[in-house]
Amino acid sequence: MWELIRANKRKSMMLMAIMAALLIALGYAVGYAYAGSIGGFIGLIIAFGIWVVQSLVAYFAGTKILLATSHARLIEKEAHPQLYNIVEEMKIAANLPHMPKIYIIPEQAPNAFASGTTPKNYAIAVTAGLLGKLNRDELQGVIAHEMSHILNRDVLFMTYAATMLGTIVLISDIYVRTFFYAGASSRRRYSKSSGSNVYSILIPLVLAIISPIIAQILYFAISRKREYLADACAVRLTRYPAGLASALEKISRGARSGADLDNNKIVRPLYISDPKQTGSALSSLGSTHPPIQNRIAILQRLSGSVGFSSYQRAYSKVNSTKCNFIPASALKEKEFKVRQASAESEKPLDSKTQTRQIGDMILAANSFAFIQCQCGMKLKLPPNYNKPQVQCPRCKTVHSVPVAEMSAMLAGLNAAKGKGNPSQTAATQKKYTYKRRSSGSWESFKCKCGNLIQLSPAFKGNHISCNSCGIRIDIKS
Amino acid sequence: MLPLYIIIGILVIIAIVVIGMYNSLVSLRNQVKNAWSQIDVQLKRRHDLIPNLIETAKGYMKHERETLQNVVNARSKAMGAGNIDEQIAAEKQVDNAMSKFMLVVENYPDLKANENFLSLQEELSSTENKIAFARQAYNDQAMFFNNKIQMFPSNIVAGMFNFKTANYYELENETEREAPSVKF
Repeated sequence: MWELIRANKRKSMMLMAIMAALLIALGYAVGYAYAGSIGGFIGLIIAFGIWVVQSLVAYFAGTKILLATSHARLIEKEAHPQLYNIVEEMKIAANLPHMPKIYIIPEQAPNAFASGTTPKNYAIAVTAGLLGKLNRDELQGVIAHEMSHILNRDVLFMTYAATMLGTIVLISDIYVRTFFYAGASSRRRYSKSSGSNVYSILIPLVLAIISPIIAQILYFAISRKREYLADACAVRLTRYPAGLASALEKISRGARSGADLDNNKIVRPLYISDPKQTGSALSSLGSTHPPIQNRIAILQRLSGSVGFSSYQRAYSKVNSTKCNFIPASALKEKEFKVRQASAESEKPLDSKTQTRQIGDMILAANSFAFIQCQCGMKLKLPPNYNKPQVQCPRCKTVHSVPVAEMSAMLAGLNAAKGKGNPSQTAATQKKYTYKRRSSGSWESFKCKCGNLIQLSPAFKGNHISCNSCGIRIDIKS
Repeated sequence: MLPLYIIIGILVIIAIVVIGMYNSLVSLRNQVKNAWSQIDVQLKRRHDLIPNLIETAKGYMKHERETLQNVVNARSKAMGAGNIDEQIAAEKQVDNAMSKFMLVVENYPDLKANENFLSLQEELSSTENKIAFARQAYNDQAMFFNNKIQMFPSNIVAGMFNFKTANYYELENETEREAPSVKF
């Protein structure tokens, strides 16, 4: 795995060097156009300075900015246990030291991305639509793909490449704009100071127009290679290519019908499939991802065994070109057997239930509380709902609200302190036991560590462990 | 004087290279150990989950005392296992008992609809997956470590400091350790 990362680095460095050369040439030429050869060096320094500042910002705050602009919400295990479990499975398979943070994006279109520049702030974000549409094996494939991006240091590298592209676009944009708006008089002044040479105007202009295009093609070329590599690594982790293949199929179908994710050119390569893919062959140079059909076709060819060498063979067959992004040392590795499909059956949901599930997931991500009424109605309470009780609008049953009830109880507890009221302090003062008041309704209590524990009416166990401190609490009824 | 300096210089370079190799071997060995402990963590996690599952099922499966008892017995045997071979054998028994239990669950639609049971179900099947993935990661790490030990030039350093190759965690019979594959 480390060999792979190193080889990856070398190739990426070369493309980065070309981009850097482009940036330097552009900076020099634009500076030269304004103030001669001294201006050239100043321009060069300014161009590099902009890139360094942007890279630093991206390195330290990039993850936060990206997650904030996509309205992603950090979730804990309780919000979606299956997603959390799958991420943990892949973390174990990849032997990562830290568990990545998990985010849900409240969007209908199925998609996912990985983010983070250091092991401590690695994050994986998935859209609610993805969770609603995929089954367990498919979701595992997608998460493995994102985990591979993290493992291959793609995120870090793409961040640097993206900021370089951004700087090039910015400088050329400024130059081209000032050139056309400044008018003839200022143009005459430039040419006088730079020795009245027609090339001193023409070269910077041509560079300013061409370099963003070249930089973007380079950037996207890097991105496409990395998508294939992430696919290869993903099936090596899951040993189940069919999962990722059918996930990609569902994602491509969903992307065409669903709403577009709101994002720009720079963040597009970070997603598992291009949110703005048009599907025309002409756009292949300007696309951030390889055609999804090719990715699926490659994965479908891997039926007997998975590994880098079989992926390479499948790649050459499908794309009818040689595949050059997998280093020789990884190809020597032995092949692995494909595992069986997981036990979970495919639950074909109708679109209405699916939409409702996705909506609930979005609400849960926004920390809404849910109460299931016996009439079948599901009450959805906003996080700022602070009354202790709520009435079901259909059958008029009054439900107690677990969280609000808890805070009321705590208030009572604080008032009873000193008086030594035993009945109210029982839940918190007794060390490891909690007595249920009645089975068949929601109950909640606080653990010693302050974590709120909720017991559902269906809870029949005799003990529970706190999610936050892990302490064992006996439940008596 | 000059040849002496050259000899000293060469020795220093060799020392630096040897130190570098030694350190990377140690960190690799630690990674192998860490990967092994991951398997252990997940096996323990499964032991913790089983009582909850049995407790939930008890109310519904009044006539299946024997099946439930088998699971509980296999679990306590696995928890008390001394060495690794004993543990692997005991874990196999847990697997068998669990797959029987899961087959019986099929006859109890009420239990299968129980929310608490469903979430335990997800936890358990995920833990089975995690055990498999931890084993996979361990074997990956072990292979990488063994390659380093056996390949030139790091094999010299490995021989000097007596690094031993790690054993692979292979299953004698792949199907025996397969997670209970039952449709739910």
